[in-house]
This record gives sequence, C-alpha cells and structure tokens, in this order.
Amino acid sequence: MSQEKASGRALPGLVKKTSGGRLPWRLEYDPSRIRTPWWTPFISVALALLLCAVFIYANGMNPVTVYLKMFKGAFGTSFGITETLVKAIPLLLCGLGIAVAYRISVWNIGAEGQLTVGAMAATAVTIYFPNLPGFWSILLMLIFGVAAGAFWGLLTAIPKTHFGVNELITSLMLNYVALLALDYVVFGPWKDPKGFNMPGSPMFTAAQSLPVLGSTRLHIGLILALVAVVIYYLMIRFTRWGYELRLIGANPTAARYAGIHISRHIIIVMLISGGLAGLAGMAEVSGVSHKLMQGISPGYGYTAIIVAWLAKLNPLGLVVTSVLFGGLIVGGFSVQTIGLPSSISEMLQGAILFFLIAGDMVARFRIRRGA
Amino acid sequence: MDFVTQLLIAAITAGTPLLLATLGGILNERAGIIQLGAEGLMLMGAVSTCIVFIRTENLGLALLASVGVTALLGLVHAFLSITLRANQTMSGLAMTLFGSGFSAYLGKSISGNPLPGKLPRLHLDFLNPIPVIGPIFGNLDVLTWLSFALVIVLHLLIHRTSFGLHLRAVGDSPATADVMGVHVRLIRYGYVTVGAMLIGLAGADMVLTVAPTWNEGLTAGRGWIAVGLVIFARWNPVRALLCAYFFGALDSLGFRMQLLGSAIPPYFLKMIPYIVTILVLMYLGYRNRNKPSGTPESLGVPYVREQRF
Repeated sequence: MSQEKASGRALPGLVKKTSGGRLPWRLEYDPSRIRTPWWTPFISVALALLLCAVFIYANGMNPVTVYLKMFKGAFGTSFGITETLVKAIPLLLCGLGIAVAYRISVWNIGAEGQLTVGAMAATAVTIYFPNLPGFWSILLMLIFGVAAGAFWGLLTAIPKTHFGVNELITSLMLNYVALLALDYVVFGPWKDPKGFNMPGSPMFTAAQSLPVLGSTRLHIGLILALVAVVIYYLMIRFTRWGYELRLIGANPTAARYAGIHISRHIIIVMLISGGLAGLAGMAEVSGVSHKLMQGISPGYGYTAIIVAWLAKLNPLGLVVTSVLFGGLIVGGFSVQTIGLPSSISEMLQGAILFFLIAGDMVARFRIRRGA
Repeated sequence: MDFVTQLLIAAITAGTPLLLATLGGILNERAGIIQLGAEGLMLMGAVSTCIVFIRTENLGLALLASVGVTALLGLVHAFLSITLRANQTMSGLAMTLFGSGFSAYLGKSISGNPLPGKLPRLHLDFLNPIPVIGPIFGNLDVLTWLSFALVIVLHLLIHRTSFGLHLRAVGDSPATADVMGVHVRLIRYGYVTVGAMLIGLAGADMVLTVAPTWNEGLTAGRGWIAVGLVIFARWNPVRALLCAYFFGALDSLGFRMQLLGSAIPPYFLKMIPYIVTILVLMYLGYRNRNKPSGTPESLGVPYVREQRF
C-alpha cells in the first residue's frame, strides 16, 4: 500500500524516497505502462494451478496426479484432442462475440443464454420443417440460430442504449430466462414421444446434422469458427467500422466528439456478439448432441468470458486460449473417474481470471533500486 | 391464515437473503467499489455454513464460518480493486466464477445432506391477538430480525452520522475526502469487507431457511438480482427492504401459483423475478433519464492520489 504514497507524493526521479525507509529497492506505480507484457497470462495460469493445488492437497489428493490426469485426458490421446477441439468450437465462437463487445467496453456476460436460444431456434427448424433436404435444412438452422442469438443480444442492447440499464445485469437475467425456456421445451412441447419419458427433443436426422470428420465428433463448426476469427481480424483491422470500434475503445469521449454514434455501435456489437453465440448453440445441437436437451452448454458462455480476456481480444490468442480451455473442460470431466468433481475446472477458471487481472495491474508497478 | 398473510410471510422469508445481500452491495457501492461477485459470495457463504453446520452441529460456528470466508474473499476483491486498481467488473466476475466452482467443489461431499437444524425463531406470543401483524411478526427467525435491525442501523449510519458522511464522501469524491483527512483506502477496505460479509450471511440465510440442504448453484441468480436491487433501491437501505420483499413476493408467488394448480407452466412462473428485474430497471432508467440516478459519483473509478482526470 505504501507504494502508492511513494508514487503519489514524490515525483518519480525527482525526489528519492523509499517505501519503508530501509529496503534497498522500492515499488513504484507507473501509469504509462498500459501494454502488459506478453508473459502475464502464463504466470497467471501457473499461479492459478498452484493455488488450486493447495485446495486439492487439502482435500487429500495429490495435485500432481490430478493435473497429469487432466492433461492426459485433454491432450494425451487422439480422442482427447478431438474432444478438446469439439469443446473449443463454442468457446471460440462465444469468446469472439464477447471480444467484439469488450472492444467498446460492453460487458456481455449473456453468451450462455444467447447460445441456448440459438440452439433452441435451430431445433425449432427440425421440429417444424422436418423434411427439408440436407443443405436447406442446415442453412435454415444456421439462420434461425444466429437470428435468435442476435435477438437475445438485442434484448440486452436496447435497455442499455435507450434506458441506461447496466448490460451485465440484463444479459445475466436473460441467461436464466433462456435456460428456463429450454427446460420448458425439453420437458414440454418438444419432448421426444419415443424418448422413454426422458427430457429432450427427438434425434436429428442426418440431413439436420453438421458433417463430421471421419468417425470423431469433430464437426464442420470448427471451420466456421476459424473463418469467423479471420473475418473478425480483417474487420477490426481494415474497415472503417473496425476503426470506429477501436476509437470508441480507446477514448469514448473523443469518439463521441468525432461524431461516432455510440448507441448504434453498442446495438451492432451486441447483435454480432449474440449472433456468434447463437451460431455456437446451433453448432452444438446440430454437430455434437444431435438433439436439444438440458445442459447443452456446461457453462461455455461463462468460460468464454475468460477466453476472451485471457486472449486480450487478440484473434490468434482467442484460438489458443479456446483450445486451452476446451482442454480444461475435457480434463475436468476426466478427473471424475478418480472421484473428483468436474467443478474443479470451473474453480481453476475463476482463479486464472483472478490472477490475470491482478497480473495486468501488478505489471504496471516497477522495481526501483537504490534509496 | 388468509392468502395475503401467507404471501407476506413467504415474501419476508424469500426476501431476507435478498435484503442482506442488497445491504452488503449498498455498503460496497456507497464506498465507490462495484461488487459484482455477489453470486459467488452468496454461494461461498452458503457452502461454508452447510459444511461447518453438518460437521460441528453448531449454528453459531456455521454462521461465523460463512462470514469469515466471505470476509477473506471481500479482502481479495478490495486488494484487487483498491490497491492494484484492477478492473472492478472483471474482479467481480472472477469472484462469481471462482465462487460457483469452488463452492461446488467443496460442497460435493455434503451435497443433499440435510442440515442438523434450523435458525431459531423468536416467538412473540403477545403479538398473536393482533390480526395481520401477529401471524407475520410473531414467528420470525433471528436472521430476519437481524436484517430489520441492520436496515435501521445502516440507514442511521449512512444518513445521520459522521461515519456515513465519510462513507458517502469516499464514494462520491474520494479526492475531496482525502484532502479533508479521511483515510480513503482504509474506509474502502472496511466497507468492501463488511459488505462481503453481509452477502455471505445472505447465502447462509438462504440455506438455513429457504432450502435446508446444499445443492450446487442453489442461489440460482439471487446474487445478481441483489446487484440489480442495489440500483432499484437507489443505494438506500430502507428502500432496499421494500424492494427485497417485493422480489421475495414475486419469487414465492410463482411457487404458490404452482401449488394452486395454475395452468401456466412452472418454468414461466420462475422467469418472473428475472424479467421483472429487467423491466423495473428499464422503467427506472426511463423515469430518471434527465435526473441524477443517485449513483455514487466515483463508482467503479479507482482512486489515485494526485492524479488528474
């Protein structure tokens, strides 16, 4: 705490003052260090693993065994790797949507709900138009999924722009609404009559399912997600729209004076954000589960927040972190075989985010030698 | 008992955790720190209460555990947002993610086990002859009475004492407060910690009254509703009481309609509190569009001594 006094009272370089009066070095806050070093994410992940290791050890397990088990489960076998990639697809799509919104400081945490309504809309196509030929069926599901997710995003954007409601609260409340709506359709009108009374829609036909790679579960959504990443990069980097987003992100007041319509940008950004999450939901039902059921998303929407933040909104970083977190989810499932709950991966995610935001700020302090 | 009295009792029971969490949020935000970790803090408070209560069968220790654990987490949030000046939104989100994961991890072994007891109730038999007040206030538990007391204490503290003046000054204009000799960082640390403890107590109250057993994610967004209620109540403890009970009533109304065999599917009834939260916030935003909202002026802005904006 004393470093603040040191930087506050004494101008750096002019008056020499030690923090405690005895140490041969002092910490100094340097607000000009806005770019954080590239290695902070790695340190954050390491420290988070260390912290959780303490909890695992306290629970009577060997943390090394647990982490090795998680790692092997996620990356050790070809099955593990494809599963990790399968999980990385929705993370990448949702993370991309979240990253677009975060560019202009719109904190969308509603990707979970947007994904859910996207999955529901795609399933609606299979229920109400059951006999469409393959291509048209998939295309219609895609359009419905994206439109539903975008609509859910709009429900967050309009209260923010026109009524000044904090988007964090709206988007989160809408997550619960979407999950309850999902419960309603899978237990009610869309329940499979031949499903032995299990909640869930009827299985999709081959025409309603995304093509997969060989005999694995890895589906074509991966290519969709990668294409989306490339488009994101090009749009942000080379278009006027991307320039305006960067300008709003850097200085909203200056952007407003420059005549940029911020509310309109918030709406556009939330439509894109929701649409991408809706696409992720469509890809999940059509490519992975092949039917609508409870728990189609094990918290992808929330994990994607960390994915976007860890990647620092960088497109290549998004690809890397979504694969990493896909692995974390698969690893979380694989430790269940040795009697640990899969929530261990959720705990790790929270810890990583803690250390990450702390690390970003700690990196702005520098150590000065001498008294 | 008639329907209205029953609904009022249910509103108070379901509203008390919301009230405690909202009061905690008000203390945080009055001091200028956004606390979005309420959901995670409530879960951590709930799970530590359950674990300690089942292991020791001592209610006092259980409540102490919930308050202690959340105080530690509150200190983490305070350290990140006050000392490191980190993004308070992100810190709160991290708290919620970590809290929901860690509470599920901790609670795995006791999931579904019934708690060995309930909160003691104060039986005020002399109130019984009075028609509506008797059945409602004659039989409330201690945490509810504590929440009543807290509303009064916090109202007086914030609006009538010099401590409250310091608190408001720190939230509205920390630089001015600092010049006047108020220890900004100390006050912020204090209120963030105490606020987190109240939110933890809300989680404890939830397991001890509403659902007397631990289930993963049992708060189901109540923490976020409390975050909305802080705005709804316009950072005022007395309004917080009314708002929390209004939402408690909505919550239990859905449940009651289900019991009465309503034709509306229960899923839609459960959506009511979430949708109403959004609509109410939209209405407030519309009504106050040209007025100051009552938000602490420096909410979410890290204070750096001698920094110009």
